Amino acid sequence: MYFSKEVLESSSRMRQKWEDEVKKVIAKGPDQKPRWSTVSDLEIKRLYGPEDIQHMDFEQDIGYPGQFPFIRGNQPTGYRGKYWTFRMFSGMGNAKTTNERWHMLLREGQTGLSTAFDFPTLMGYDTDSPKARGECGKCGVAIDTLDDFMQLVDGIPMDQVTTSMTINPPATVLWAMYCAAAELKGIPLTKIGGTIQNDMLKEFIAQKTLMCPPDPSVKLVSDTVEFGAKHVPRWNTISISGYHIREAGATAVQELAFTLRDGMEYVEDVIRRKGLHVDAFAPRLSFFFNSHSDFFEEIAKLRAARRIWAKAMRDRYKSQDQRSWWMRFHTQTAGCSLTAQQPYNNVIRTATQALAAVLGGTQSLHTNSLDEVLCLPSDHAVQIALRTQQIIAEETGVANTIDPLAGSYFVESLTNELEEKAWEYIHKIDDMGGMVAAIEKGYPQLEIADAAYHFQKQIDAGEKIMVGINKYVSAEPSPIPLVEIDDTVEIEQIKSLEAVRRKRDDKAVKRSLEDIKNACKKGDNVMPHCIEAVKNFASVQEICDVYREVYGEYRDPGLY
Amino acid sequence: MSEHIIRVMVAKPGLDGHDRGARVLARCFRDAGFEVIYTGCHQTPEQIAAAAIQEDVDVVGLSCLSGAHRYLFPAVVEQLRQRGADDIDVVGGGIIPDQDFQFLYDAGLKALFTPGEKLDDIVEWFRQNVKKRD
Amino acid sequence: MVDKVKKIQSGDVRSASRLIRHIEDNVAEARSTMKDIFPLTGHSHVVGLTGPPGAGKSTLVDGLIDAFRKMGRTVGVIAVDPTSPFTGGAILGDRIRMQRHAEDPGVFVRSVATRGALGGLSRAVGDAIHIMDVMGKDVILVETVGTGQQEVDIMHYAHTVLVVLIPGMGDDIQAIKAGILEIASIFVINKAEREGSSKLRRELVTMLNMAPESAFPGGWRPPILKCDNAFEPSGFSQSVSDLALSINEHYEHLVSKSLIGNWSARKAATEFNEAIRCAILDPVLNDLMANGELDAMIGRLVNKETDPYTLAEEIATRYLKKMT
Ligand SMILES: Nc1nc2c(ncn2[C@@H]2O[C@H](COP(=O)(O)OP(=O)(O)OP(=O)(O)O)[C@@H](O)[C@H]2O)c(=O)[nH]1
Ligand SMILES: [Mg+2]
Repeated sequence: MYFSKEVLESSSRMRQKWEDEVKKVIAKGPDQKPRWSTVSDLEIKRLYGPEDIQHMDFEQDIGYPGQFPFIRGNQPTGYRGKYWTFRMFSGMGNAKTTNERWHMLLREGQTGLSTAFDFPTLMGYDTDSPKARGECGKCGVAIDTLDDFMQLVDGIPMDQVTTSMTINPPATVLWAMYCAAAELKGIPLTKIGGTIQNDMLKEFIAQKTLMCPPDPSVKLVSDTVEFGAKHVPRWNTISISGYHIREAGATAVQELAFTLRDGMEYVEDVIRRKGLHVDAFAPRLSFFFNSHSDFFEEIAKLRAARRIWAKAMRDRYKSQDQRSWWMRFHTQTAGCSLTAQQPYNNVIRTATQALAAVLGGTQSLHTNSLDEVLCLPSDHAVQIALRTQQIIAEETGVANTIDPLAGSYFVESLTNELEEKAWEYIHKIDDMGGMVAAIEKGYPQLEIADAAYHFQKQIDAGEKIMVGINKYVSAEPSPIPLVEIDDTVEIEQIKSLEAVRRKRDDKAVKRSLEDIKNACKKGDNVMPHCIEAVKNFASVQEICDVYREVYGEYRDPGLY
Repeated sequence: MSEHIIRVMVAKPGLDGHDRGARVLARCFRDAGFEVIYTGCHQTPEQIAAAAIQEDVDVVGLSCLSGAHRYLFPAVVEQLRQRGADDIDVVGGGIIPDQDFQFLYDAGLKALFTPGEKLDDIVEWFRQNVKKRD
Repeated sequence: MVDKVKKIQSGDVRSASRLIRHIEDNVAEARSTMKDIFPLTGHSHVVGLTGPPGAGKSTLVDGLIDAFRKMGRTVGVIAVDPTSPFTGGAILGDRIRMQRHAEDPGVFVRSVATRGALGGLSRAVGDAIHIMDVMGKDVILVETVGTGQQEVDIMHYAHTVLVVLIPGMGDDIQAIKAGILEIASIFVINKAEREGSSKLRRELVTMLNMAPESAFPGGWRPPILKCDNAFEPSGFSQSVSDLALSINEHYEHLVSKSLIGNWSARKAATEFNEAIRCAILDPVLNDLMANGELDAMIGRLVNKETDPYTLAEEIATRYLKKMT
């Protein structure tokens, strides 16, 4: 019991009195609206009190930082030892432009790099593929071969800075390029650190960056996990992502549940397919969440995530190593909450979302730029976004003490509620035979589609508010300077790809692609062969085509 | 008694897979009593135009969030024209900066919808603008 | 008019799809065009696919398109999806699975919504089949969800009917319309990689064994084919090309046993039924609706002032003078 009998009794008495008062006031004038709920439409009570958390067990449910269930954080010292990593996602045009942006960010005090690739790269096509027309460099940097990659990391101290790469189906290829680049610079693989997103399950669920069917996709993920566990110990080989699930329209509970169930699926697959012990790889699994607009819901979500993961690792997978129980995660503020209308309001949104992420205990944070809803962010907008994090860290004082909201009736109760609802989903997916089976049935996809439609209806009906969209609308345009990638980038990129193709050793390329194919067919780990192939300047698409050939191509099932 | 039901194709050209908007719209059109043919993600302009003709839709609604709309939207219009189907209207939605509007209208798009547009208003546009053809 | 037909005969997709649209929309001239179309039909092999929702029918159609195209045959597809009874709208989703064939000029995929409760669905589909036939499509694949009577009726238009089932449906074989099992030419066990596929097969065998010999015209006992996981490209395409061969075999069987005549009679009867209904019932109902009588009659029925039988007889007497 968390409260003494006396406290509960007096609370109950005082609550009665308060409720009577409320009734009287409401009789005179009703509330502004009949139902109050989070952005995910989770109903919220007018007030929370001791009775809402009286059933909590302090030791099992709350505890201390650095101790099970880690709801208060993994680190005993909190942010005092180190703030979260200020990690701004960036990439645009070609490798050279992106490399310049990276150097700018490091000069400005950013502490980790994060790579956005353009769509052809993300989907495993070369810039000269007919499918890639019009897309080169638009949403990130275009990478075709190791030649581009060497330019990307030019002058970057790969043994000092950690780099995150948002890459999924071709993750083996881009990670192989990172490894190859390090080796070429004389840095051993044991010294490099970073993250590849490499989370295919959420692609099927939400983001639709698709290449091969679910089962072989998970196999490739497991290859990287195994390779990392054996050769690149400082690398996070999966960043299990709720971000995109949320952006696709999921509720906070769905984001939490589907992401964690994805994580469990990977754990189960690596154990089954690779025969590794859970503690041989689980410490290098990392997570990636969205921080949306509903302040407390987000804080509760992040706290609940840590507790669910710790329980799952300890109890479901019998992990012995505490480092496996830690949920380490990166957070990005919610792109889908930003508006093109009155774009400067986005600075405020991002600031409160970032604050929620920090109060939820994130280890790494990307803050969106105000213009990201319109185009690639400008230098100036990126700087404001980065400064937002720095102001939170250095001025607000929220980092002074660990998990400052613990013990709040509301926050703890909401945390419990989110956790409970997430487990319901997790068990339902267990019953379907796991996440791959659930995805094949279209279950998470349709749950999210329902939520997205519901939210849009609420916006249309004015039940949920987006400032500048359905309330406080302003007719005046607020022009902001936009960054555009012009089409010459595509032409140049194709030229340089052709040049690489001319000067490389075609026989060596063919041989190394053949090796990858054999590894795929035999079920061997593809990573060593990928590193070899990229060193021979095999392109992203050439390697991905091998996967498509052996494993088949997976097309969007278009569930609605 | 003749009963004209509006037929719409909701299509996602290009490589971006952010289909939240497309799928919300598909449902919304169904609920408005339209017949909706949804193509799924990752379609080429050629595929979209060919499908639109086979399905004899009144309007093709394109959704693109990758920034490649300046290439992809006009390409769909052009593919329809080449196939003798310029009576099929093309409208677009997604992240489209103001300064691209005129360019896209000049390229033949009939309407552009950006985030924040009310679903009801989009439906209303279709009701007003889709003409019965023979 | 004749011009339109000529265009369709030359394979023009625009004219064909517009005509199908007009038939769905019940445009009067479309019917008279059909009069010119009808005599030209009879070229295509019509294959129906039916089975429970989500059984993988569209995925199979996608595979079959591939298989028939490799045999050098042109393909038409008519994919039927239900109209929402609440809004009258529909999301026609089958096409998504076949979209990779969109640009192949030898393939024409048309989605059709079931639309109103008044029937007419099987007429629209029947006419669409005729139109694709006259366009010269060698094989016409018709996909419907096998749940309602309308869908069973549609299958009467097909020479060859595939009933697509999946393992783990429990006792659902029973639940599938008996009528559908009766018209099956080939059973397909889809998603055969799943648990329960042998059990399903045994159940089908038992069911077939219990049927009297008369259930198998010309001695064709419906084969039961398993279809491998659609997510494993090589196995799946092998299964599908086996299926395509079996489909061809069935057609040859119809021809060699002179069963095409029986089939044509059954089809003609269905089609005629539809046409009569469309020529008689629709105008009557429309008339009653237009002058508001229908609502009044329903009101009287609700208040039990009269019964439906008497009322129907009254209508028949009024509109069909000859009969009474
Ligand atoms: N595991 C597995 N899934 C399959 C197979 N074939 C199809 N599916 C999946 O099953 C789902 C339904 O497939 P469809 O082809 O749309 O099924 P359908 O019968 O046409 O569905 P409706 O038209 O909605 O009735 C899709 O997600 C397919 O990817 C298979 O062989 N194995
Ligand atoms: Mg289907």
